[in-house]
Formats: sequence, C-alpha cells, structure tokens
Amino acid sequence: MESMAIADRLQAQFPEEILKKDEFQGQVGICIRPGRVVDILRWLRDTDDLRMNHLRSLCGVDNARRKDPSLTRFEVVYNLYSIFHRHEIRVRAALTEDAPCIDSVVCLWTGANWLERETYDLMGIQFNGHPDLRRILLPEDWEGHPLRKEYPLKGRGEWVGMTDLLTQIKELDKYAFDPKKTDSRQRGPRLSNEEGGL
Amino acid sequence: MTIIIMLVQIIILFVLVMLHVAYATYFERKIIGHMQVRMGPMRVGWHGLLQPIADGIKSFFKEDIIPAQADRPTFLAAPIICLVAMMTSLAVLPFAKGWVLADINIGLLFIFAMSSLSSYGVVLAGWASNSKYSFLGGMRSMAQVISYEIAMGLSLVGVMLLSGSLNLSQIVEAQGDSLFGMYLVPQCIGFFVFFIAMLAETNRVPFDLPEAETELVSGYCTEYSGMRYAIFFMAEYIGMMVMASIGTVCFLGGWNGPFSVPFFPPLWFVLKVYAFMFLFIWIRATLPRYRYDQLMDLGWKLLIPLALINIVLTACLKAMIG
Amino acid sequence: MTATTRKTIECPVAGGDDNERYSLRMGPQHPATHGVLRVDLELDGETIIECTPQVGYLHRGFEKLAENRTYAQALILTDRLDYIAAMSNNVGYCVAVEKLLGISVPMRAQYIRTIVGEMSRLCSHLLWLATHALDIGAMTVFLYCFREREILIDLFEELCGARLTFSYPRIGGVRQDVTARFINELERFLHLFPSKIEEYETLIDTNRIWLKRTVGVGVVSGEEALALGLTGACLRGSGVDYDLRKHQPYDAYDQVEFEVPLGSDGDIYARYRCRMEEMHQSVRIIQQCIDQLPPGPIVGEDAPDLVMPNRAPARVEVGSSRYGTGLIRLIKEREVYLSGDTYVATEVPKGELGFYFISDGSNKPYRMHIRSPSFIHIGSLATIARGELIADLIANIGSLDVVLGESDR
Repeated sequence: MESMAIADRLQAQFPEEILKKDEFQGQVGICIRPGRVVDILRWLRDTDDLRMNHLRSLCGVDNARRKDPSLTRFEVVYNLYSIFHRHEIRVRAALTEDAPCIDSVVCLWTGANWLERETYDLMGIQFNGHPDLRRILLPEDWEGHPLRKEYPLKGRGEWVGMTDLLTQIKELDKYAFDPKKTDSRQRGPRLSNEEGGL
Repeated sequence: MTIIIMLVQIIILFVLVMLHVAYATYFERKIIGHMQVRMGPMRVGWHGLLQPIADGIKSFFKEDIIPAQADRPTFLAAPIICLVAMMTSLAVLPFAKGWVLADINIGLLFIFAMSSLSSYGVVLAGWASNSKYSFLGGMRSMAQVISYEIAMGLSLVGVMLLSGSLNLSQIVEAQGDSLFGMYLVPQCIGFFVFFIAMLAETNRVPFDLPEAETELVSGYCTEYSGMRYAIFFMAEYIGMMVMASIGTVCFLGGWNGPFSVPFFPPLWFVLKVYAFMFLFIWIRATLPRYRYDQLMDLGWKLLIPLALINIVLTACLKAMIG
Repeated sequence: MTATTRKTIECPVAGGDDNERYSLRMGPQHPATHGVLRVDLELDGETIIECTPQVGYLHRGFEKLAENRTYAQALILTDRLDYIAAMSNNVGYCVAVEKLLGISVPMRAQYIRTIVGEMSRLCSHLLWLATHALDIGAMTVFLYCFREREILIDLFEELCGARLTFSYPRIGGVRQDVTARFINELERFLHLFPSKIEEYETLIDTNRIWLKRTVGVGVVSGEEALALGLTGACLRGSGVDYDLRKHQPYDAYDQVEFEVPLGSDGDIYARYRCRMEEMHQSVRIIQQCIDQLPPGPIVGEDAPDLVMPNRAPARVEVGSSRYGTGLIRLIKEREVYLSGDTYVATEVPKGELGFYFISDGSNKPYRMHIRSPSFIHIGSLATIARGELIADLIANIGSLDVVLGESDR
C-alpha cells in the first residue's frame, strides 16, 4: 500500500488526533497529538491490511532551531514497517516544552524499552508507564540532556565523576607514594617510628 | 647408604620431572601453534627452545600480589597442596623394570588418593581468594573432579581384575611382552572411559570449564600471580603426566616394546607417555568446551554406567575363562 | 506477546532457596564481552535469574557531533560505528543522504559499493565466527578466520589505503576507482574462499560438543524476536524473512541474484547457520558484481565536492560541479538542500542500520539519528539470557553479534 494511502486511512480512523501529513522524497510522516499514541500504534500494528509489526526506530527531536512555527518544541518519531506488506510510515508525536512526556509503547514492542531510555537520557522526554526509566548511555549522575539544542557541543564542564577521581588522586599524593621506593607489601600511609610504624 | 642412593634417585626424578613440565608447556605451545597456522615461540633460543626457562625466570621475579581480604594461610597453602599431592604420585610410577622409587602393593590406590587430595588444593584456592570468579571456578572444579574420579576408578577395576594386583609393576608384567597382551584390547570400554575421565581430572579441554578463560577469567587461579601461578601450572602438567603414565601402565603395556633398547630401558614408556600428551594437546587445539551441566551429565549418566558394565563383563569373562 | 520459555536446569552445586542468590558483575574488562560491555548478573548457583546489560562506556556523542558538521564531514563519524565492517556503515550513510538530498549515483559506483559492502559483510562474519568459536572453546577456528580476514583487509588497503576506518564510499559515489589489480586479487580470493568456509564448517558444524552448546540454547521465537526489535541474522534465524537488500533494495542489489538464508528454530545454531550461508551468498554477489561491472564515472554529477582531484587542477570553472581547483571545496550556496526528513535503512552485517535525517535547508544535518542494531540486540539480552546458565550467556552474546562502537555511538 502506498504510504499516503496509509496516512489517509489513519486519518479516517483517528480524525481528531492527526495534525498534519507531510510527504518528502516518497516517505510520508504523520504528525499526531501525543495523547492516544499507544492506541494509534496498536491500531497500525494490528489492522490486517496494515500490520506494521516492526518498530524500526524511536527517537526524539528537538525543534528549537527550526524556523517552522507550526512545529512544537519536542517530537517523538516512530518509524514503522510492515514486513508482511512491505510498506512503511512515520508517526511523529508532537510534545510541548513544559511537559515533554508521552506514553510508553513498551507494551506493544519490548524492544522499545532501551530506545525510550536512550531518548530520555539524551533528550529529556519522560515516558509514562516505562518499567525502568533511567539513563543508559551517560553515567547515572550526569546532569542535563545533551541532544537538546541549548546544550553546548563541548558540554558544561567536567563530569562529577571525573572531578571526584582527580580529587582522590590529589589526596593520595599527600601520602607521597613513590612506586620506586616502596615495596608492594606496604599498605596505607607510612607511619613514622613514634606512631608505631616500621 | 641406601638412604643416600634413595635421595639421589629422588633428586634425579625431581629434576627430570621439572624439565619435563617446562618442556611440556613448550611443546604444547609449538604444537598448538602449528595446528593454528602459526609458529609458536621462535625467539628465545633456537626456535624458542629456551622459552620455558625464560618463563620460569620471569614468574620468579613477578610481584607477589595477595588480595587484601584473602585468607592468607589458606591462600599460601593451596598451590602447595596441589603440587605436593601430584608430585607424590610420581613415587610409584614404574618407568622400566625395577625403575620405581616405591614399589608398593597398592600403587594404583595410592595414585587415586593423591589425585583426590590435589582437588582439595583447587577448592581451597578458589575459596581463599575471596573473589566470586575464583569461588565459582573452585566449586566447578571440585564437582567435576569428584564426578570423574569415580568413573576413572571404576574403569581401572577391570584392569585390576585382569591382572590380579594393584601393584603397578605387576600390572605391567601381567600384560606381557607382546602387542596383543596389552589390556587395550580386552578393556577397550575401560580405556575409553579412562581416557575421557583423564581429560576431566586434569581440567583439560573439553572439560576445562574451571579455567575457562572466556567465562571466568582463569577460574580458581585468577588471583594468583608469579610463582604461585606457576605452581598451579606445574601441578596441572605433572597431573597430565601422571595420568598418561597410568594409562600407559594399565592399558598400553608400560615399558614393554617390540625391541628392547639396552642403554635406556624406559624408552618405550616415555614414548607412550608422550603419545598421550600429544593426544591431549591435539584435543585442546580442536574441540570446543562442554557446558557445566552437560559435563556432569556425561560423567554421571554415561561414563559411570559404562564403567560398571565393563566391570561386570570383565568379571564374567574372567570367571568363565580363568 | 509470547512469554519466554523459562528453562530450569538441575545443577548439582546450585542451592535451592532464594537466600543462595549472589550477584556477579562481568565488568567492562572481560575477555568475552566483545568490547566494553558490562553485564550485571544475579545468579542462583549457575542459573541466571536477572541479567542487566549496561552500555555507554563507548558513547562518543555522534548524533550531537553530526549536527555540527556538514554531511560530507559527518561521513567520517560513521566509520567508527561498526568498526569491524566499516564500509557498510559508510554505504548506509551515503545511501541515506543521497535519498534525503536527491543525489543520483552512477551505476559503476553502485556496483563498487555493493562489492565493498559484501566484502565487509565477509569481514564481519569472519570475526564473528572467530570470537564466537573462541568463546565456546574452539580456539583454532579463531586463527583460521583471521587468516582469511587478513587477505580481505589487504584488499581494502589496496583499494583505499586504510585497514580499519575507510571512508571510501562518498555521497554520490565512491572516492576513487578500483584498479585492475584489485579485481584480480579479489577474484583469486573468491576462488579460494568457499573451500575455507567448508574448512570451518568441518571443524565445528557437526561436532557433538558444538551442537550440545548451541542447539536449543537461546531460543527466540519469531514474534518475540520482532517484538524485541532484532534484525539481521538474529531475526532470520527465527524464521522471519526480513532482509533489506530484498525488501528495499539499494545500490546494485536488485541487479544481482542471491538468496537470503532463513532458519526456523531460533536458537544459536540456527543463527550460526544463517551467517555461514550468508557468507556463501556474499561470494556469489561479489562474483556477479565483478562480472557485471559497467564502465563509467564513479561519482555523480551533483555530488558534494569532496573528491580529491585526480589530476592536476585543470581549467575548471569556479562554481561548476566538477572537481574543485586543487583543494577540497565544501558546498556553499546550493538550493539543492531540500528541507524534510527521511529514514533510510540498509542491511549491514549486524542487522538493520537506519539513518533518520532531518534537514532544515542548511548544509549540516539538523538531526541525525542512528538506528543501531547492536544497541537493540544488547537490550534484548536481558530477555534471552534469563533462566540460562552463565556459559550460555557467553554463547548468546556471541551469537547476537554485537559491537559496542555501534551500540554506544
């Protein structure tokens, strides 16, 4: 089936949820409201002549620097493909800035688990109903969401873990550790003779 | 006087076995290398012949790291237990007629006892290292060794029945001089079970799960370094040699050969032992590794019943014929 | 969603109750984890109760970097994704950008890209077989595979000068033409390679121990594999016929004949057989491409000007779309930059590599999202490895064929 025909069927089934349809280089993207995204994707997956059973990718987009005024700040893009019918469609859920959260589709595809975690990690979009929403690619205590447009390319200073490591190294230097002079059985700080050391 | 002679004999045996262990590692690396389209050690000495000596000197000088939370006495004792148990078995091996350090009447039983003791060393090493990987490796190894020891012991009962004695020299003499006197032919099932159990006792592929590098990063000897690690290594190779010697003595006719060599009576014994070692190395280069539960299945559900069947058959045949 | 089959295996050493659980961490430094992957395990004796893979040790921020580079510059980043088969990443990227910007590629370049794509598929599968066999214990296969891989890498070096990170395919074609010597050596390799594949198969295919370690282990059904997002040989081993070279052909794949091997059991052995058959088919594809290689230009007319001039700077007019005068010239004002978004996926050896581009009309991508197969495959490890033994976990990681560079981007 042609992608535009799929888009028309989707619009016929959920007329209030569809914001707009775009076609570019033969691929069709449908912009929807985020409220009923799980229902829409389930309908796309389970309808007999659509059967979009392969979730190809799930990613977040930050539209802060786009010049198009009709775009909301964040979008979550789902690329679906039907292995049986060999057709594809793109569904873009438009989220606003103040509360970028959307329902999780883990109930439809288990593989979406890590994809949503990555989107949360890098873009800061919350997924309601996700079993385990925490950072995946960045360390647990990282601050900020790097793929947002206001996050600078070189980051905002050193990571907390790195600064902790450097302070620890400086503290150990206090004990004047010289690998050439000590033998391996030495442990802990060297005590002088009156403190009971060797 | 006899004590001095005995001491000299012990020292000679000790030195020879150490040399054997060193060069067994060299041969393993060379043979596996050639089977894998590469050359093995080539640099140290001509074609790498001095490699084992270089390795020995290197491990001597390595830093001795003992984990902070390890149980020190057990940690230090474990490799020694392994090595001592294995080396003691050397005392009863008959290299040629009359060439045995301690010709005791329960030679075979003695060797079983010693190999059981060496598995003690392994589990103590795993436990004392205070590391989860080592612990897992030690547990696995202990379970494996215990299971396969039973199979090994049972497979040798057939040999004991046929020869009527536990004394290793008498077992060899009972096989006689000719090729067809070897217990390999009447005891083929026993040999099969013994061969597989031998691989498992010495933790060699396909049963090398306790030291499976890609799973447990060296298993029970992960935390050992330097000379202690080398001691484990030595214990493994001496174990291989002892097991190969038992196989030679019990199934292949010991020191007997087609023609006797005047200057070096143990020649045939040595050749047969090295044939076994070559088989060990060849199998290591070729086969993948068994999973733990499959290994246990094999030991308990296949080998022990086979060994028992072998005993029954041997006993019946002996009763009918003898 | 079908539930996973939980296997309970009686282990002589394992304890019975929950108090016997302990946790083990196969850390980032481990001989078997194919890169910097950390797996946190909760074990009951030898059985895995929970398995949590942790990635991110190799995260370099490609998606953010690509937003600050032109399309041609961002090509270099894709080499470092799946560094084992770098050519196929480059091809995937180029195909995606060409679709986004509507750039046409001449036929000769398409055939050349197919050839190098299949060569890198062979490289990747050889390394997969080597490490997979090594993990299970068959050490010799490792060295035999690397012997063949060395020939392939030498061929790549002959072609483009690099052994690991090539950046040979360019947007609109390839960087430079193939030489006759390359074609001859490649044909010689193709003559000897099928016998080598048979050599590997003889060593392990019907080996009892190998069969015991791989048959019935890591079983994933077809629907479960789709739900988990598996692609490539992992999906085809479970019986789902999804190969992007047949579903959405790119380059010269619709001009050559080849089959896509399908398994049925969904265990490690099925995936292993799929990949071995794929190697045979790759040889077939390369041979057909060499036979059908048409003459012609190797870079399109409207390609971005990032091809080094092959001859001394001739009298080329500034602003024309031919080679720049002696220096690399990046595209300046061109209204060829259309504005929109596309998702294009190609079949790399590991699975389906997809690029989702959003272009806003400038010469840098606004958003580049890489759909990496290894990321999703590692995510599925938690489901696949539950209830199995540690030894099976290693075999599973090997059969999923992950590489951490692609997973962490």
